[in-house]
Amino acid sequence: MIKAFVNDIPVEVEEGTTILEAARRVQVKIPTLCAHPDLPPSAACGLCVVKIKGSQKMQRACCTPLEEGMEIVTHDPELVKVRRTIVELILSNHPNYCLTCGRNNNCELQKLVADFAIRDELYDKIVRDLPQDSSTGTIVLDPDKCIKCGRCVEVCQILQDVWALSFLERGFNTRISPAGDIQLAESPCIKCGQCSAHCPTGAIFEQDDTRRVWDALLDPAKHCVVQIAPSVRVAVGEGFGLPPGTDLTRKTYALFRRLGFSAVFDTCFSADVTIMEEGAEFTERLKAGAERLPMITTCCPAWIDFMEKFYPEMIDHFSSVKSPQQILGVLAKTYYAQDRQIDPASIVMVSVMPCTAKKFEITRNDDMYASGSQDVDIVITTRELIRMIRQIGIDFLNLPDEDPDHILADYSGAGVIFGATGGVMEAALRTAHYMVTGENYKRFDFKELRGLAGIKEASIKLGSETLKIAVAQGLANVSQVLDRVIAAQKAGKPLPYHFIEVMACPGGCVGGGGQPYPVTDEVREARAAGIYRADRDSPIRYSHENPAVQALYNEFLGKPLGKRSEQLLHTSYRARPLYKK
Amino acid sequence: MHRGKRILIKDTGATGPDRTREFYSGFLKHLVEKKLDDAVQPVRVADIGLYDAGVVVHILPDDIVYAGVEEKDVAPIVSQTVCEGKTIKRLLHEHRSLQTRIVLRNCGVIDPENIDDYIGVDGYAAAAKVLGGMTPEETIGELKISGLRGRGGGGYPTWKKWEFTLNVDADQKFVICNGDEGDPGAYMDRSVLEGDPHSVLEGMIIAGFAVRAGQGYVYIRAEYPLAIKRVQHAIDQAYARGLLGKNILESGFDFDIEIRLGAGAFVCGEETALIASIEGKRGYPSPRPPYAAVKGLWGKPTVINNVETLANVPRILLKGGEWFSGIGRILTKGASRGTKVFALTGKVRNSGLIEVPMGTTLKEIVFEIGGGVARGRALKAVQTGGPSGGVISSDFINIPVGYEKLQKLGSIMGSGGMIVMDEDDCLVDIAKFYLRFCVDESCGKCAPCRIGGVQLLRILTRITDGEGRVEDLEKLRTICHAMQKASLCGLGQTAPNPVLSTLNYFEDEYREHIERRHCPAGRCQKLFSYAIDQDKCKRCGLCIRHCPVHCIAGNRETGFVINSEECIRCGRCFAECKFDAIQRD
Repeated sequence: MIKAFVNDIPVEVEEGTTILEAARRVQVKIPTLCAHPDLPPSAACGLCVVKIKGSQKMQRACCTPLEEGMEIVTHDPELVKVRRTIVELILSNHPNYCLTCGRNNNCELQKLVADFAIRDELYDKIVRDLPQDSSTGTIVLDPDKCIKCGRCVEVCQILQDVWALSFLERGFNTRISPAGDIQLAESPCIKCGQCSAHCPTGAIFEQDDTRRVWDALLDPAKHCVVQIAPSVRVAVGEGFGLPPGTDLTRKTYALFRRLGFSAVFDTCFSADVTIMEEGAEFTERLKAGAERLPMITTCCPAWIDFMEKFYPEMIDHFSSVKSPQQILGVLAKTYYAQDRQIDPASIVMVSVMPCTAKKFEITRNDDMYASGSQDVDIVITTRELIRMIRQIGIDFLNLPDEDPDHILADYSGAGVIFGATGGVMEAALRTAHYMVTGENYKRFDFKELRGLAGIKEASIKLGSETLKIAVAQGLANVSQVLDRVIAAQKAGKPLPYHFIEVMACPGGCVGGGGQPYPVTDEVREARAAGIYRADRDSPIRYSHENPAVQALYNEFLGKPLGKRSEQLLHTSYRARPLYKK
Repeated sequence: MHRGKRILIKDTGATGPDRTREFYSGFLKHLVEKKLDDAVQPVRVADIGLYDAGVVVHILPDDIVYAGVEEKDVAPIVSQTVCEGKTIKRLLHEHRSLQTRIVLRNCGVIDPENIDDYIGVDGYAAAAKVLGGMTPEETIGELKISGLRGRGGGGYPTWKKWEFTLNVDADQKFVICNGDEGDPGAYMDRSVLEGDPHSVLEGMIIAGFAVRAGQGYVYIRAEYPLAIKRVQHAIDQAYARGLLGKNILESGFDFDIEIRLGAGAFVCGEETALIASIEGKRGYPSPRPPYAAVKGLWGKPTVINNVETLANVPRILLKGGEWFSGIGRILTKGASRGTKVFALTGKVRNSGLIEVPMGTTLKEIVFEIGGGVARGRALKAVQTGGPSGGVISSDFINIPVGYEKLQKLGSIMGSGGMIVMDEDDCLVDIAKFYLRFCVDESCGKCAPCRIGGVQLLRILTRITDGEGRVEDLEKLRTICHAMQKASLCGLGQTAPNPVLSTLNYFEDEYREHIERRHCPAGRCQKLFSYAIDQDKCKRCGLCIRHCPVHCIAGNRETGFVINSEECIRCGRCFAECKFDAIQRD
């Protein structure tokens, strides 16, 4: 342990703790703009400078470890003056159209300018007029608003191992862009949106599709239906001051009706359907032997994009089951349309997702039009939903609880935990066990698969077999798992894993790229806890025991992997080049 | 007789035609007569370290200097001095040499492409001594006694760097030679790499042995093609002689050296950015700690030394730390020892590379070695340390040069740039020039340097354009302070030095630009205009002929007028007019 002083307050911390963190322990908040707990310190902004007694230099608190006996001064008139000057300088290189910025009222730079009471702009405004990049249709790059903190680049390179974003040019002309100055859509970008979730300003943000939703809702010829993803329910309340993890499922159902949707569905239901198909597929592959194992989950569209670009040799290992969003979309335009005698072409399927890549998934390939038209029409993120609620002036938190439209909404506890890392695997194992052995597993919880570790491994007895499981989150961790599989295959050794779950975003969908700001491990844990509470409190814990799912198979689909399922609920993959020309 | 005997010839006369060609032919003729033309080579050189001393002849390696040589002296020089080794007292130039050459000892003396030449002047003897019987600790101890400090700019004690690296346990360690010299006008490292590459390699071998590293990299900027070629050639020769590779000199010590090229970024001379560059990453500096000695190249302990530092190392190990620490005037305890190479340029009569003992005064450098200010103008200031150095007013001309003194005066030693300025130099303009370099070379990572530099440049441009405001001086100081304190690396922290040091010594000059819209040095073109005094004008038309933009109208009958709108204020009419009829105001 290290003993030192921060503003004369004694502090004791583990070796290696930064001054920034040590100060926080004694209730001193040093201002920062580039530091983020998910990322190694980049030391770019210079705001967190502090003084160490005995030295004339100022040191960055974000990257300087506290040492024994250090006496830190975090605030004095000189430090405040230096920090103010830095904020003023950054402001001189930042456009002033806050009012029309996606981060208005939620911008880390704006907050600092307010905190430092900057009233005049002392220095010449120098802003380059750089073009926006909205080529992906999911996230938009606005390089003029970039303060070069480097978070997005670190996220893309270190957290996700995608390397779509980098810095181009140098000095004052430094800007974020894909290497080679190409459009984001031509780059390896997988649209996960983690860059937008970490950006302190409005330089990277989700493409706003709320107007398209309003247009559809206002069109009397359209029959608008909506689905809400598992992880949205535990995060949307943050937009209204509730702590992360507060489950607002039934209020959002009421909300959707007030917004004007004709039917309210829940993606947790289609998650249960996914499990039925995936469980059956896994059982089949297990019987067939090692050739098509391990099987890898495919709920995450950013992960699909990543695998098609970076690991095309693993395509055969991908589950062919569509994601819950797409399954709900196609069922709404077939099963539901039939049931209600509605023209599928008049249905507008809107989904509310924690994710920017979901905007990309809905037109990913021809299979996304299995119903005869586009199965999901518009995707909005949690952040966009919050905006819609505010626009229309609904007192969201005081809405009464309502029920959804049961036909495509009732779900088991297994369906809701899709929103957290390890959840898909846990849900699949619950049902796979039943499918293989004919009886339910004696415990519901696979605690070893929960939590924020990058790679989680477990061995689970399934009948006579011991299954080896891996769960990876954050794409930088995925390569390790896949490389192990590839190495074993090449060496002709036994498979290290039978079944692998991958979620692109840290924490899974609760930490999705479209979730409310800010995102830290504490927030991810709190949201996941909300999800696991919902599972715990669920009367039904197995997808195969969900009566709505059973009804779907009895009335419409037949059996998992049956002819209709194959036609509507499954898809295929193909290798894609990293760089489009 | 030494096979590499040379006769260097230079006509140092300030006036009259250059006579070296005749002397060259004369020497050649007499050498042929004595059948010595294979063994002795006359060379016409560009610089010989003396000025206004007529024709100077410097005989190497005997180090005999004759000044005021006439053609009749050629025959006796060959017959007596070259053949018999006798000096001719009458011609002997007796000068108190202010220069001491350690780093540049072999430059221009040996053939840099011939390892035998280097070995012939005790080359690799230090490596043999160290590898043959010293421990790493003893090697570092000798450096500690010598007091050698980093010559790249930081001035960190070299032995400390080595000791830290030695004391870290690791399966692999590296030695990097920083040859990414980028200061405008500086070419100290280039001269060593081109003129004496083996001394740098030998320094690296010793460093590798002392810290137990197995691999070295010479990082050279790609703009130095000859240096790259010569270093590569030297590496190849060293391998062929068993001085690199496995079991060097049968000591059991293995060491390899490869070249890595810089891609033209000044900031890559900063050690963390240099490491990033070798690793194939964007040349961004990273925060320290961890220091390179603990976690450097590819996360392994790494020693990074500048070219000049490493070139000192073999000499120190061969002659002992005591010898080195005895060079230089003792200023304070633990002060700078040894010599420093400077690139002396600007408004000085004799510009070039010089190597002087630490503690030599600025006055000695400028007025004795440099021969004083060019064209007899008055000295205004001396700029040291390259673009991130500072300007020292002529009031401090008597200070001895060393790390501590220069820093106290708001400048730095840096890598050794030294630019002399006279009364025609505008200090605001000078500050702007250096700042622009740092702005161009800023990597863009940290906000204070990236934006602060550009804003400083804006304000300085405003001032030299005659649009300065009184509050600008305060703004300059505020931004400079934030940059010094909060920039991530040395480039940003020192980039404001030219501004702050000129503000410090020449605030009046700034004020004159702002308050009177006047540039006392007559440099800032937007602050004055040219007109023709019709009373003095003889209507000769010389000005019209020299005006590059044809902005002077009129003819010999009506007289001439300068169109101020079109005038680019180049000053040629002003300079050409024989009758002082062009007025500058």
